[in-house]
Amino acid sequence: MATAPEALLAGADTDDGLMAGPPSRARVTLHRFAAHRTAVAGLAVLLLLFVLAFAGPHLTRWSYSDIDYTALRSAPSARHWWGTNRIGQDVFAQTVRGLQKSLIIGLLVGVAATGGAAVVGACAGYFGGWTDRLLTFVTDLLLIFPGFLVISVVSPRLKGGGWLVFAFLLAFFAWMVTARVVRSMAISLREREFVRAARYMGVGPLRIIARHIVPNVASFLIIDATIAVGSAVMSETALSYFGFGVQPPDVSLGTLIADGTGAAVTYPWMFFFAAGLLVVFVLAVNLVGDGLRDAIDPTSDRRGRSPRTRRGGKAAAR
Amino acid sequence: MNPERGPDVLAYLARRLGYYVVLLLVAVCLSYALAATALQPRAYFEARQPPPRPAAVQAQLAELGIDDHTPLYDRFGRWAAHAVRGDLGRTIDDTSVSDEFGRRVGVSLRLLVVGTAAGTVAGILAGAWTAVRQYRLSDRLVTLTSFLLLSTPVFLLAVLLKIGAIRINQALGTDLIQFTGEKTPGLQGGWAAHARDRAVHLLLPSLSIGLITLATYSRYQRSTMLDVLGSDYLRTAQAKGLTRRRALLRHGLRTALIPMSTFFSYNFLAVFTGAIFTEAIFGWHGMGEWLVASIGKDDVNSVVAVSTFAAVVVLLSGFVADLLHAALDPRVRHS
Repeated sequence: MATAPEALLAGADTDDGLMAGPPSRARVTLHRFAAHRTAVAGLAVLLLLFVLAFAGPHLTRWSYSDIDYTALRSAPSARHWWGTNRIGQDVFAQTVRGLQKSLIIGLLVGVAATGGAAVVGACAGYFGGWTDRLLTFVTDLLLIFPGFLVISVVSPRLKGGGWLVFAFLLAFFAWMVTARVVRSMAISLREREFVRAARYMGVGPLRIIARHIVPNVASFLIIDATIAVGSAVMSETALSYFGFGVQPPDVSLGTLIADGTGAAVTYPWMFFFAAGLLVVFVLAVNLVGDGLRDAIDPTSDRRGRSPRTRRGGKAAAR
Repeated sequence: MNPERGPDVLAYLARRLGYYVVLLLVAVCLSYALAATALQPRAYFEARQPPPRPAAVQAQLAELGIDDHTPLYDRFGRWAAHAVRGDLGRTIDDTSVSDEFGRRVGVSLRLLVVGTAAGTVAGILAGAWTAVRQYRLSDRLVTLTSFLLLSTPVFLLAVLLKIGAIRINQALGTDLIQFTGEKTPGLQGGWAAHARDRAVHLLLPSLSIGLITLATYSRYQRSTMLDVLGSDYLRTAQAKGLTRRRALLRHGLRTALIPMSTFFSYNFLAVFTGAIFTEAIFGWHGMGEWLVASIGKDDVNSVVAVSTFAAVVVLLSGFVADLLHAALDPRVRHS
């Protein structure tokens, strides 16, 4: 027993020597992600959409608020690439502008909501006791409290930079479900050997949460963040559809879809460009999230191979 | 096994129920406070044409119990005293909130229960199945479909379903798929004809809710199931002689459902929000449609009633989730 510290130190030395050898985790993850074709395609689509959203407004001579009185409800043409709406606004200019706003809101809300959920859930699960009870009560209360009501009352009164407040409200009412799942995962992680070992070695609780709890729920957090970005864009669209979200004269995909819904059958260009871009964006985000999940999860590679062996086994059994 | 197990479970569930009641009371108080301070029924009356006399507005507000000159706790006290006796106050148009509530609650619940139940069961099965068949063609097809559905907002899906139904009806030359309202007005025939009529009207709205639920659950279930598939105990279960199917169902699916049970309850709130669109698009006069209309009319009592309904529904589904959790995870029963 007296030699234990030296043995530990020696072990630590050899560990350090070994750690330099294999490729870093980031590189392995990157390689796995690159091998995931749909995820790479999703990433490419996302990048294209970002280029479209931020470069698009400079490609056309129309601004999203310009009105062309000579072309009302005109079909796509060389003059108006994606046609015009019922008051003569250029649909391309409006759609890229709306896409830009929806992208920013979605990413902000998705990342903020998942980040907040990770912190609250991990703290509640790891600390337990009164911290857990208090955090869980607040989580549950916000969950059953109608966020729709707060947002729909507050946001029509916001002007100008109000979309930031709107995004904050969306995030504020979007983190609870994830936090509950993270909490239940943290509770079972708390009793695992490596967390106990860290605790007995005197590592502080916040450090344990950051170094051991959160990384071990990362695969869940990543797939959740992607779904959160998607659902943030959809919440934004939904609220804007009712006039409770992004306020005119500003546009988002939500307000554009709301404007175009009535004309969807007769003037499809007013509806389907915005609706299509919305679906394509969320789809791309989801594909990237799925690829990341498979890339980050260290056991996914083994599983990728195992069905073949299992199939072989089944065939042999038959 | 353990003789104390029964009482343990009951005590646990009773504790949860008590907790939910406290939660509900706090949520209702907060909703009331928010609705009563943020909405402005006075402005609603003053904006009427011709403009009413201020004294008449004041009298009307006092009559309805939504006078913003009365202190908040007095208004809340009056509302709560009636509410515990089942009277939820008057709407801003001076009709009974409770009557309106009674008319609309069945409409919404029918939509929510049918859509969610079908979507949840189908989603869990699809998710577990695709996890087992990860990266094979069936997994890719189901995954792609659920990704497409997940990327479609409820209202867009509803509109697309509606357009699809119009096309089918045109192709067949009949009104096979009805999608406006809950039933055909003035329909003749016995109860069977009425039941069939209602079922047909229910089809598209519950599809738009159910398909989204299916997609959500299948993604989460696939994810948790994949975590379980790599575990040692599943291999052990097979090593000790269980067939793969049996091991997957008894040990795999059961464990993978534990994190999902949290979602059972809280996905319901998202579904409720989605139902607002579905009701609006398919012309169902349910709670969601009522909420939007009430916010527009600064109708305090109606907003509080819908908020309370949403809270009760979410908590009830939370309680169902607790039952499931206790049934699935023995650690819950003994901690």
